[in-house]
Amino acid sequence: MNRVHFLKLLALSFVLAATAVACKKNLKGVTAIPGPLRPPPGPPPTASPAGGDQGLPVPGPTDTTSKSLKSDQTGIELAGIDRGNYIGDYEQFKQQTIYFAFDNSEVKPAEKPKLDVVAEHLKANPTCKVEIEGHCDERGTEGYNLSLGERRALSAREYLISVGIAGERVGVITYGETKPAIQGHDETAWQKNRRGEFLLLKPKTQ
Amino acid sequence: MTFSSLLVVLFTFSAQEQPPIVIQKDVTGARFLPVSMTGYSGEVQAVLKFDLEIAGFDIVNPETAQFNISGSNNSFVEGRVTDRVTKAALLANRYEGAPPRSLAHALADDIVLKITGKPGIARSKIAFKGDSGGRTEAYVADYDGANAVRATQDNALVVALCFASGGNKLLYTSYKSGNPDIYIHDLGSGQRTPVANYPGSNLSPAISRDGRRVAMIISKDGNPELYVSNVDRSNLTRLTHTRADESSPCWSPDGQSICVVSRKDGAPALYVVPASGGAMRRISTAGAGSTTEPDWSPDGKEIAFTALWREFQICVVPAKGGEVNVLTAGEDPSWAPNSRTIVFTKRVGDKRVLSLLDVPTKRVKTLDRHSGSRSLPSWAK
Repeated sequence: MNRVHFLKLLALSFVLAATAVACKKNLKGVTAIPGPLRPPPGPPPTASPAGGDQGLPVPGPTDTTSKSLKSDQTGIELAGIDRGNYIGDYEQFKQQTIYFAFDNSEVKPAEKPKLDVVAEHLKANPTCKVEIEGHCDERGTEGYNLSLGERRALSAREYLISVGIAGERVGVITYGETKPAIQGHDETAWQKNRRGEFLLLKPKTQ
Repeated sequence: MTFSSLLVVLFTFSAQEQPPIVIQKDVTGARFLPVSMTGYSGEVQAVLKFDLEIAGFDIVNPETAQFNISGSNNSFVEGRVTDRVTKAALLANRYEGAPPRSLAHALADDIVLKITGKPGIARSKIAFKGDSGGRTEAYVADYDGANAVRATQDNALVVALCFASGGNKLLYTSYKSGNPDIYIHDLGSGQRTPVANYPGSNLSPAISRDGRRVAMIISKDGNPELYVSNVDRSNLTRLTHTRADESSPCWSPDGQSICVVSRKDGAPALYVVPASGGAMRRISTAGAGSTTEPDWSPDGKEIAFTALWREFQICVVPAKGGEVNVLTAGEDPSWAPNSRTIVFTKRVGDKRVLSLLDVPTKRVKTLDRHSGSRSLPSWAK
């Protein structure tokens, strides 16, 4: 046990030493190049936001910052949205419901124009936010579909962020297969149920 | 005292003369154990029959049975078990002081213990998601679905139920705040405390057997990832770093490892991760496609899971991976404390019902005498 610990410490010190050398080299470098978006190896930072109620009211026109997702990044950090401060509106984006392929969470190219409509509306209404609901058809298990629905909503969120919407303005929620748009056990129903819906959040004081 | 001593003497004597022909093999093998059952009526008879059949027994006539069970149920329940061949008496008990169902369950558990040497499960509890008229709540019931009691009154979606060891606490994801958050619910006091309510979804809580740590799926970093924290929320640690979604973690009984579903290599597959962090090791489930919803057996030997062929199938694989045993159509298995019986969900039309499965004999009993849907079961152990 002690020996294992010692070996771990030894390995860690080597890593630290190597990192220190690498840092020194960087200091000598000419231009500071922004690092890749990949999170640092090893345990993730523990200082991420602890609760949804802290929220992140983001000042300034952050909408102009475009963060495209690198393929080696696992996701874009979420911020809590205090839904109590907003009025939800399903009607605004009713025509923008996007649909997914079976057991897949990628946004299809054909669905992207719908997301562009959502993005334009958010740009024109800077006090509004949006919550993306991820849904699945019944051909997954209940537990699995909860994660799949979440992953679908997150994919749509990533697209909105890539076209310039601040991540803080885009919330996600998964309902798995619990809220089908259409009852039924055939492909017609399944196609309509594998979807992402957009709930426009308007501030109550507006 | 003297009576039971006499029983032991009788039994020992008979056993020496004519060893009963290996019951153990029948019980752990795939064959039913033939017993007869005489003298019971009504609810007690029905409950006893259910309990014994799902424990791997077959009710046959007294002449062909290996053991004869006899007794009565009037103001109390009596039960005697005799080895038909050796005439040895294994059990002679009277049960009283509780409703007939409970007395029958108590007798069934004693019969199972005497004949198989392993504790019965007839008095254990299950939790599940109940859905009637679009309203979902968490419920706790007897293992056969009877005496269901509602544990929540939120009128909000509740999913991913998980009993804590000992059965006095329940964990689940509730949408009652508007966000899917994880709570631990003390069934004695009704008090509940958030375990995880980070931005994004907080799903699929699984508590370690010592009741101290929770494995769960949290998406606050922008992707559903496996996390572990203490029940009091301290020491939140991320264990997976994938672009794909993880789901449905469960603990090895020794608390050293977590089995989780990931799509990191394409299709959903089972992986084992050290609970203290480390590489994800894939569990070989040769031939089984789209494997989800693992549950580690309490004895640590096997992992039950759902696989998708044309429909969902309940399967079991050795915990180290290997040959997959396809058992029956259904999904979301949860092991009983005996590492032998499984509760799972079956889809019947638009409805979902719970069923019990005796793994060695593949016998299934459906618990469908209720309105609405029941799913996502967790067995208290």
